[in-house]
Amino acid sequence: MATQTVQPETQQRSATGGGFTRALLRRRELSIVLVTIAAFLYFSLGSYGSAFNTSNNYHIIMQYFAPWAIIGAGETMLLICGEIDLSAGFTFTFVPFVFMSFYNTGLNVPASLVLAILVAMGIGLINGLIRTWFNLSSFITTLGMGFFLEGMTYIQSNAEPAKPPITGTLGNLLGGWQWSELVWALLIIIVMQVALSYTKYGVYAQAAGGNPLSAAESGIKVNWVKVSTFMLTSLFAGLAGLVDQIRVGSFDPTSGGSNMMFLAVASSVIGGTALLGGSGTVVGALFGAVLLGIIENGFTLTGVNAYAFDVVIGVAVVAAMLLNVYISSLRRRYLR
Amino acid sequence: MSEDTVLSKAPLPSESGVEALRVNGISKRFGPVTALRDINLQVRTGEVLGLLGDNGAGKSTLIKIITGFHRPDTGTIRLGGEEVTLRSVAHARSLGVETVYQDLALVDELPVYLNFFLNKELTVGPFLRHGEMKRRAAEALAEVGINIPSVSAEVRALSGGQRQAIAVARAVNSAAKVLLLDEPLAAMGAREGGQILRLIDRLRERGDLAVILIAHNYSQVMDVCDRVNLLQHGEITFDRPSAETSVAELLELVHAEYRAA
Repeated sequence: MATQTVQPETQQRSATGGGFTRALLRRRELSIVLVTIAAFLYFSLGSYGSAFNTSNNYHIIMQYFAPWAIIGAGETMLLICGEIDLSAGFTFTFVPFVFMSFYNTGLNVPASLVLAILVAMGIGLINGLIRTWFNLSSFITTLGMGFFLEGMTYIQSNAEPAKPPITGTLGNLLGGWQWSELVWALLIIIVMQVALSYTKYGVYAQAAGGNPLSAAESGIKVNWVKVSTFMLTSLFAGLAGLVDQIRVGSFDPTSGGSNMMFLAVASSVIGGTALLGGSGTVVGALFGAVLLGIIENGFTLTGVNAYAFDVVIGVAVVAAMLLNVYISSLRRRYLR
Repeated sequence: MSEDTVLSKAPLPSESGVEALRVNGISKRFGPVTALRDINLQVRTGEVLGLLGDNGAGKSTLIKIITGFHRPDTGTIRLGGEEVTLRSVAHARSLGVETVYQDLALVDELPVYLNFFLNKELTVGPFLRHGEMKRRAAEALAEVGINIPSVSAEVRALSGGQRQAIAVARAVNSAAKVLLLDEPLAAMGAREGGQILRLIDRLRERGDLAVILIAHNYSQVMDVCDRVNLLQHGEITFDRPSAETSVAELLELVHAEYRAA
């Protein structure tokens, strides 16, 4: 019998809608990019456009979304690994006061910064080790860590704000220059998207979240992948806390917190990363954050009640999730 | 099953091929339970051996010994004529013993080519060589006759037969000398099962691989195996070229066992 190479059941079923539909299905962040552009055009061309289209206002939008995007880059990788970090917003608040504690002992600024960053990564290390050694869900582990860090922040700060003693070039790099926070956000998003799409780490993260058993059978060190991703997320959260509050000019014990964390996770989810693990997009988290920033700013300018913003986020998260589920079912059907 | 799944029998390679695996006098007890008793089994390069047996006959224990998961209590294992002590699954794998388990160890969310190279990714510096991996995966799949529309498709979009084929091709591609297929037809319809049987037939034609096909459905494997071993109550009770036996004879042997029980 001759070898059959073409079997009828394996012939290609292509997407019917042509190139654009295929692209929409293939690039999971494309839909959120389109929605973000639409939201921008809506406020930019609307009756409040003259107030919206100023560099000052763009800067206000940036202040909203930059920390969400920076933390969202870490949360996205964690969600892809099948994990979540509920303590990231509290790390954001805590790390600047860790810096102050080191600085107040007489250490200089660079040394205090390095130690504060190491403490930030240590928070992720502890989250990750508790998660993997004791097989405790990351939801519980990081919930506990969140409360712990909130308490520690108040203890260290005496619930009082502190003035950041970081000036000069280092200060400008870390938030002093008005657009530096945007540069950090873009840099971290690009680096993490490249890590996800073009390095072994990205493949391992997807395998660890998609099918941990298969990943382990293939020799991938699943726990190590998860622990290092927890560490990255805490690092980004601590860095965002420093940069954002150096920009403001005050380390504030009431900044960040659960609101910051929820908005970072919301940015990831709206951007197209599923909570189930196995797949996602870091660039999507950036656009998710930008979309939320534009909406919050647009509502303020147009005089919509500020409470309506939370209503919109609530609807947007659920709608984005439904859209994700729908798009992945389409993807399964047509991209074979 | 249609006409084209009736496969041509290879000209009895059991007489000609080089010995790939020989298991001599293997026994294994778990506490009071004797799982395997004085097992002798050999398979030659280019040969497909069907290992048949009811649930509980000892198939899994025997596989786990050959793949290095369990140590036998007595007996020896020879790979390519050399006596070996398999210390672990990784050790057995490094000696060319590859297994495709029923769960296939695929990641649904990753595309075909990344599953194919899972944890053996090709890189330049820190970066993945996506193009090269796609090309090589497509080549390797084509070589074993698997037709998948795109190696960039996510694995979850594929049929059970295609998934099985990817897992088999991946195992073959990692320099396997002995390939164990654990119930590859268990969860498959007739048509997909036929695809897998054709794939196994092509592996035989390559002539560089010994295949042990573990199954409990006799009629499916008789077509593709050169030789059949029957495992009953921890002992190999039957070893004959498949040309010299029939489904009816095997069924009769098993029915006799049921009657005796």
